[in-house]
Amino acid sequence: MTDTLHYEIVSPERLLKDAEAAMIVVPGAEGDFAALPDHAPMMSTIRPGVVEIFETENGTPERLFVKGGLAQISPSGLTILAEETIALDKVDTGELNQKIADTREDIADAKDDVERAVLEKELAWMVALADVVAA
Amino acid sequence: MPSLKDLKVRINSVKSTQKITKAMKMVAASKLRRAQDAAEAARPYAERMEKVLTGLGVAVKDQPGASPLLVGTGKDDVELVIVATSERGLCGGFNTNIVKAARLHLRAQIAAGKTVKILCIGKKGYNVLRREFADKILEVKDMSAVKRLGFSDAQPIATEVLAMFERGEFDVATLFYAKFQSALVQVTTKQQLIPAPMPEAANENEGGDDLGGAVYEYEPDEAAILDDLLPRNVAVQLYRGLLENAASEQGARMTAMDNATRNAGDMIESLSITYNRTRQANITKELIEIISGAEAL
Repeated sequence: MTDTLHYEIVSPERLLKDAEAAMIVVPGAEGDFAALPDHAPMMSTIRPGVVEIFETENGTPERLFVKGGLAQISPSGLTILAEETIALDKVDTGELNQKIADTREDIADAKDDVERAVLEKELAWMVALADVVAA
Repeated sequence: MPSLKDLKVRINSVKSTQKITKAMKMVAASKLRRAQDAAEAARPYAERMEKVLTGLGVAVKDQPGASPLLVGTGKDDVELVIVATSERGLCGGFNTNIVKAARLHLRAQIAAGKTVKILCIGKKGYNVLRREFADKILEVKDMSAVKRLGFSDAQPIATEVLAMFERGEFDVATLFYAKFQSALVQVTTKQQLIPAPMPEAANENEGGDDLGGAVYEYEPDEAAILDDLLPRNVAVQLYRGLLENAASEQGARMTAMDNATRNAGDMIESLSITYNRTRQANITKELIEIISGAEAL
């Protein structure tokens, strides 16, 4: 058994991270799951939430907010395809709350269901981010 | 016969033109570097996405209720043609080539009795296309404010396209852009965005191999993952196309400006020769006048 899990976090713009970790907690669409070395191959979509990277088993995790994406665990490691990641310490709460309020207004004004669905998706990740920051 | 002064003025004006083209060439070269780096950095995501999609798509394709983004709407009556060009000119045949390819395609589709809708990204393509297809153009995306193309620039366009698809405003979406090969060669490319093109069944085994040959557990099930992935794929493909386009534009501009600089050099040379000959002819003429004047005395 290998001691560390190889992981990659890739955004459409670039390869964000390519390293080893002891454990990674991923916010899967059907609940959080922890990926340990030699995890069975699986694939899961990600809901907006925090990815926690534990470099050592009992260390403090590095926390990254992801806006959703896909996690794939293969024998060679964990790959997270993230649309966008946000460092938690760089979040401006005031601005975020303003954006949430704006989006809510937009949803109320939405012309049809398609537009509303797009906006609701936007709102979902912003609310998730606000929850995480507040916690 | 232009006078000496006229020639001098012309030489100077060509020289300053040459200075400008030379500067533009160097600016394009450095922008090309950046655009190429960006295109390269975007590759890992697109590659992994493709692998996953191929693996999943082949498995789900034949199931009933598969996403229309994958299998299409069952018809191809209305086509959305997305034409990506640059915002600025002076880049050789770059925009012309893309527009030409798009125009041929549009004419063929119209001749076949299909309805086309056009979405222009970049105003250079719009300026040409509107002469022939003004009533078919839905919108022009102005990218002139974009300094560094990011995923956040491509995503809103993709979201809009997807929303139109959801409303049933078109059946097929095609993207025209120039694929970057080198500073000298850009290949005009037509790429189908919706429905997502899938390799034929012959590649089925290959798709499995790409996933490491392992049996995957899917959470939620395959179809749900695919539904989540397909819209994302449209955005990624669009982003990729725009990145390639940006690199191609700078490459084309660099080559065009290099040619212009060289032409200006040739022109300065030939003008200088004419200038010198005229100057000498003038001196000779003056000498003859003096000598013949002295002889007459």
